[in-house]
Amino acid sequence: MRKGIVQLVAIGVVIAVATTLVAVLFQWLPTSASEEFDRIQDVYWLVTIISIAIFALVTALIVFSVWKWRVSPDDDEDGPPIHGNTTIEIVWTAIPALLVLVIGIVSAVVLARNGEAGTRPLRVEAVGQQFAWRFVYPDYENATSGELVLPVGKEAQFTMRSVDVIHSFWVPEFGQKMDAVPGIETTILVTPTRTGEFPVVCAELCGLGHATMRAKARVVSEAEFEDWIAEQR
Amino acid sequence: MTTTHETQQTTTPQYPEHFEPPRGTAYRLLFGPGLVRGAWMGALFFVLGTLLVVGLRAWWGWDPVWLWPVIITVAGLTAAPIGFLAGIGAFDYWLYYLSGRPTRPEDHSGHGARSWRDYFRVNTDHKVIGIQYIVTTFVFFVIGGLFAMIFRAELAQPGLQFVNSQEFNGLVSAHATLMIFLFIIPAFAGIANYVVPLMLGAPDMAFPRLNALSFWLLPIAGVMFLASFLTPGGSFAAGWTGYAPLAEGQPLGQTFFNMGVQWAGASSVMTALNFLVTIITMRAPGMTFWRMPLLVWANFTTSLLVVVATPFIAGSQFFVLFDRVMHTDFFIPEGGGYVLGYQHIFWFYSHPAVYIMMLPGFGIVSEVISTMARKPIFGYRLMALSLVGILVLGFSVWAHHMFVAGMADWLRVPMMITTLLIAVPTGIKVFSWTATLWRGRIRLTTPMLFALGFVTMFVIGGLSGIYLGSVPVDIHASDTYFVVAHIHYVLFGGSVFTIFAGIYYWFPKMTGRMYDERLGKLHFWATFISFNLTFFPMHYVGLRGMPRRVFDYAEAFGDLNFVISIASFALGASTVVFFYNMVTSWARGPVAEANPWGAHTLEWQVSSPPPIFNFDEIPQVVAGPYEYGVAGARHAVMSPAREAQEVPA
Repeated sequence: MRKGIVQLVAIGVVIAVATTLVAVLFQWLPTSASEEFDRIQDVYWLVTIISIAIFALVTALIVFSVWKWRVSPDDDEDGPPIHGNTTIEIVWTAIPALLVLVIGIVSAVVLARNGEAGTRPLRVEAVGQQFAWRFVYPDYENATSGELVLPVGKEAQFTMRSVDVIHSFWVPEFGQKMDAVPGIETTILVTPTRTGEFPVVCAELCGLGHATMRAKARVVSEAEFEDWIAEQR
Repeated sequence: MTTTHETQQTTTPQYPEHFEPPRGTAYRLLFGPGLVRGAWMGALFFVLGTLLVVGLRAWWGWDPVWLWPVIITVAGLTAAPIGFLAGIGAFDYWLYYLSGRPTRPEDHSGHGARSWRDYFRVNTDHKVIGIQYIVTTFVFFVIGGLFAMIFRAELAQPGLQFVNSQEFNGLVSAHATLMIFLFIIPAFAGIANYVVPLMLGAPDMAFPRLNALSFWLLPIAGVMFLASFLTPGGSFAAGWTGYAPLAEGQPLGQTFFNMGVQWAGASSVMTALNFLVTIITMRAPGMTFWRMPLLVWANFTTSLLVVVATPFIAGSQFFVLFDRVMHTDFFIPEGGGYVLGYQHIFWFYSHPAVYIMMLPGFGIVSEVISTMARKPIFGYRLMALSLVGILVLGFSVWAHHMFVAGMADWLRVPMMITTLLIAVPTGIKVFSWTATLWRGRIRLTTPMLFALGFVTMFVIGGLSGIYLGSVPVDIHASDTYFVVAHIHYVLFGGSVFTIFAGIYYWFPKMTGRMYDERLGKLHFWATFISFNLTFFPMHYVGLRGMPRRVFDYAEAFGDLNFVISIASFALGASTVVFFYNMVTSWARGPVAEANPWGAHTLEWQVSSPPPIFNFDEIPQVVAGPYEYGVAGARHAVMSPAREAQEVPA
């Protein structure tokens, strides 16, 4: 049996290494452009590590069992009558419970930190309408633009509104998303960390033009932002 | 030998002669229960419904008198189906009883199938109804799959090529709606309809006539969803979730969705009630709850979910319908309506619905793995209790579909914790299945391949569910192709694989013939590989920034979407192998033994297919259903199965 355990562990390690390579060699997430997404990516990697371990464990057990104990379909002998094992059952109830609690606590902490507005954030209203976005800057005499421009390093607090159906504001590089719901106001925070141009995507089916409801987000230096906003007024 | 044979002959109860309705006379054809009467009564009720609407509007002086959206709702989507059901005879017995006329004596004319025609009649035999369900649902599986092929062709490159955006949204919505309401949920109901009474040692379901009615509601819902494509403005196109207020302003097709869901939902609720009463009251002597096979446990918990949750989706669709037709303001903010209310009500059904679409599959897989590994299921009681755990937790997680919907902030963390906790009972099941394999004598038959394929694919779907359960990650991944990948790993790699496992496993029992094992294995590997090629890359495009339900997307995702589309065509083609195998094996496969797998549960202790009332003598259950390897262990005491006989046509 010791040989069997070694083989099982070997299969598990091979699967874990292969899965890890898939997780690391491809860039699964956009390069983060916000502090909030940096924190979200930490949670993502925590979940990924746990997932790889569990996936490797289960698949290794299945592959090993089938490889080791497969018989011909004509075989009519029974296996040993093992009905269960209370200790093992307690273990595989308790450990997953512990793991998901850890994920839950880490997620709750990240969620709370991503929702903490600092003092005097830049206020931006994102207004969704079939099928375009409009961005209003109430701190700058309600300057309005179809393009989202944000100063780098400064926290922006978005307030979403919709004039017709539900839309969803999403910039993949910011990792932040929030629905714009008619009748209520919703909010989300984004603190851009690098300059560049990113797509704004509508993520909630909003009708015939849903796929084309995109806008451009531009993160620029503080000075460039001041120049731009002056032009918009 | 001779004596036992004779004893068996004498103990066999004499069934009443099959009542063959006299055929041929035009009067019988027109006025006897059947599809012809169904057709003209459907038309008649449509006319009556129209007269009702037009008459009332004219009486009250409302303009216009002929308001088609209302006429379609009342006459076409409500009255005509009732007329059809009355016409095929679904209400005959009850109407005779209600009107005080003598009910016809139980002649069993509507019980059991002697010819293929009996499958097109109202039949009260749970075995006939089971097959009616399964065949019907696979028809809709093909239609829903073809819809997916069309929009995958459209998605092979960015921009619009084959369909317009209305058609695209319509196809996406109809694909999901058909697969959920007309395939996965009722396919499980069909398998359970056939198997559960047999497993319990019961002659039929508790309410055979209700069982027949609940089947016939199903094609009505399916035809309604498909008919929406013929309406001006095209089919319903607000997604299968039909979120308000988008759905409020949609063309007429949306009403077909609102009402179709009612018929499908009514069918689910009736079947679930029937299962509950059957399982509680019709177990054979000795069949305690702790001796029930896990498939029965699974359908017991599923039915509880259906009975409690389904009225909520009915409510959500009625509210939208009222807003659309009767000018109420349930979800219209200008009139004081509450938009998020729709989502709360909708998901209070539609999240439990995910377990409605999964728990029966858990049951099937437990049967298959235990039988094929020749070992008792590991931790039977914990397996049953984990189903109950999922049932209870399943009602406390609905708002995890709304983490970015703008609902109350405080609700997010509690919903996240309960969502993540569902991983615990689910994990118990996965670990117990793998432990059942340990030191077994594993026979890799087609149902076993699908069961093991299910476990691995479901682990991936479960793990991607952990990502989506974590609120911060979900804020990024919600409404993207990552979610599309996740639901297909859970519903295709999960539910559909278990449906295939169940169909192959019980095929010999249902048809009395054996399927082709080589074709079965080809089907499995073709499906398994093309499934992964189709859906695994979707995780990637989703996380990288591709939202779901779009006909057009950023150029960067073009190459991968092309690969996904090609793989999805291969996935579609792989089911051709399945259908070829099923049809040819059913027609002329080798005759199956009563118990080809050597299983212990009761359905295998009777002939294949089983006698008309299942058990010639009532089995006495003496032990659990999975006592493999225990010397001399039996699940029940009864005479050995008689050899399968050709059913006289």
